[in-house]
Amino acid sequence: MEMIWQGITEAIRLLFSGDPEVMEITLLSLRISGLATMISLLIGMPSGTLLALGKFPTRKFWMSLVNTGMALPPVVVGLVVSIFLWRSGPLGSLRLMYTPTAIIIAQTIIAAPVVTGLTAAALQQLDPRLEQQLLGLGATRWQVIWALWREARLPLLAALMAGFGSVISEVGASMMVGGNLRHYTRVLTTAIVLENSKGEFAIALALSFILLLLAYLVNLLLTWVQQRKPQG
Amino acid sequence: MNILEVKGLEVIRNAMKVLTVEHLAVAEKETLALIGPNGAGKSTLLLVLSRLLKQQAGTILYRGQDVSTLGDLAYRRKIGLVLQDPLLLDGSVFDNVASGLCFRRVPKAEIHQRVDDWLEKLGIRHLRNRASRALSGGEAQRVSLARAFVLDPDLLLLDEPFTALDTPTRLRLLEDFRLLVRQSGVTVIFVTHDQNEALLLGDRIGVMMAGRLAQVDQPEIVFNAPASAEVAEFVGVETIIPARVIHQAEGMVIADTGTFQVEVVGDCRVGQDVYICIRPEDVTLLLDSDGSSSARNRLEGVIIRTTPQGPLERVVVDCGCPIVALITRASATQMKLQTGTRVRASFKASSVHLVGR
Repeated sequence: MEMIWQGITEAIRLLFSGDPEVMEITLLSLRISGLATMISLLIGMPSGTLLALGKFPTRKFWMSLVNTGMALPPVVVGLVVSIFLWRSGPLGSLRLMYTPTAIIIAQTIIAAPVVTGLTAAALQQLDPRLEQQLLGLGATRWQVIWALWREARLPLLAALMAGFGSVISEVGASMMVGGNLRHYTRVLTTAIVLENSKGEFAIALALSFILLLLAYLVNLLLTWVQQRKPQG
Repeated sequence: MNILEVKGLEVIRNAMKVLTVEHLAVAEKETLALIGPNGAGKSTLLLVLSRLLKQQAGTILYRGQDVSTLGDLAYRRKIGLVLQDPLLLDGSVFDNVASGLCFRRVPKAEIHQRVDDWLEKLGIRHLRNRASRALSGGEAQRVSLARAFVLDPDLLLLDEPFTALDTPTRLRLLEDFRLLVRQSGVTVIFVTHDQNEALLLGDRIGVMMAGRLAQVDQPEIVFNAPASAEVAEFVGVETIIPARVIHQAEGMVIADTGTFQVEVVGDCRVGQDVYICIRPEDVTLLLDSDGSSSARNRLEGVIIRTTPQGPLERVVVDCGCPIVALITRASATQMKLQTGTRVRASFKASSVHLVGR
């Protein structure tokens, strides 16, 4: 109990003292996971839309693949990305291993199926005749998609939150492809693992609280956007 | 001039032909009501006509031009589509009515003017800023109609838009819709399974049966001279009896059912197998003690069933074959009609319609 209390007070101290290393780790976590989520969104929203609205023979196969991908273990992603980015791997010449870019790649692979699957689910729960009605009103294909996204914005924001949640909290892939290098690839989760292994439980707890606070604040913002009443 | 013409249309689903329309032409400013039982293909036809469902064979001509060469988007921007459910978007009434104009990138000032104009015409100006989710069924359907009318379409396609509404709301909206169609001069193809709606709105009525257009004609012809026994049954002809023509002279035909003979105004060759079709409202019931009737056909029988039907009483009389009559509740009470009462069912020769078997 005392350890938890120590963790909380240490977290408050670290937050308000503006410890440069903690700030750096926090901002890097936010930048990496934020970017990975944005890229996942760019991949996942069109793919999910295609899966939800498209009429092609292998649709169910792709849908099951995406659903499986939603439960992709981060360590497996870390392993596969490591194999590809390793010096002797197929993409070794790009020298991305142990860089923030490598973590972004891994986190994108983790988040993209989540965003894709939830986007597809969000659009599939709309009335299927809405698409017909929009086309009947003279909308182009893009206008239909935009209107459907707008209509499904609440579950789509939930997809965004789930995607961000899945990457801000993962540690396996970040550790494997980022290497937890100080001032370079150390993010909150890998820092927590390190402090824990050193027996610095108070600092590990403090970083955990910062991670939770970060996740909470981002989700608070998204929830505020999600729950806003429509204009008019 | 025909605004729309359909030739040799076929829609196939799961290797089954679900829709076949040999020919259908809709004239400018005409209102065509499509009626038929569930699963008859009415909505499928409407989807094909709005190019939301592709046919496997046949052509659709819009003002003489094949719509496949015109392009789906260009064609759809000439029509308005209203479905059974309003399917409003999340937003205000104004946003919804303006949506089609926004898709067409109409200037904002014009959008405001046109939307306000149609909100006024449909009596929903006061709902302009209300959220679409907060509307009643009738209000939502008015918004849906405004959203279609505001586009100033050449052709308005409607798929049972009033079905889900309660009767008073439906009747008010139907009347308003009829006036707006007349004022705007828009051509309308209107799917309904309500024959009263079809009669109220339709310049012509098309009856669809099992994926085919069984009859397209003026309302009085469809209802009084149906093209087949199945159309007759759908449009409310309750007495349909197989018979054979045994005599024909001077525009009068005598058809024999095997148990009785019926005189009919018409022209059929002797020996032809037909169905005798009589609408229940054309059958008059007389008690044995009542005076004679001027009607040519008088059949004696016994009432086997009486069923209340709104303000009327539906009476089935066994005259060898069941004859169905609709009489007022007051008459039924006055005549003390009940199961077992002996009556005479009479009907005019001109009230009987024969269809080939």
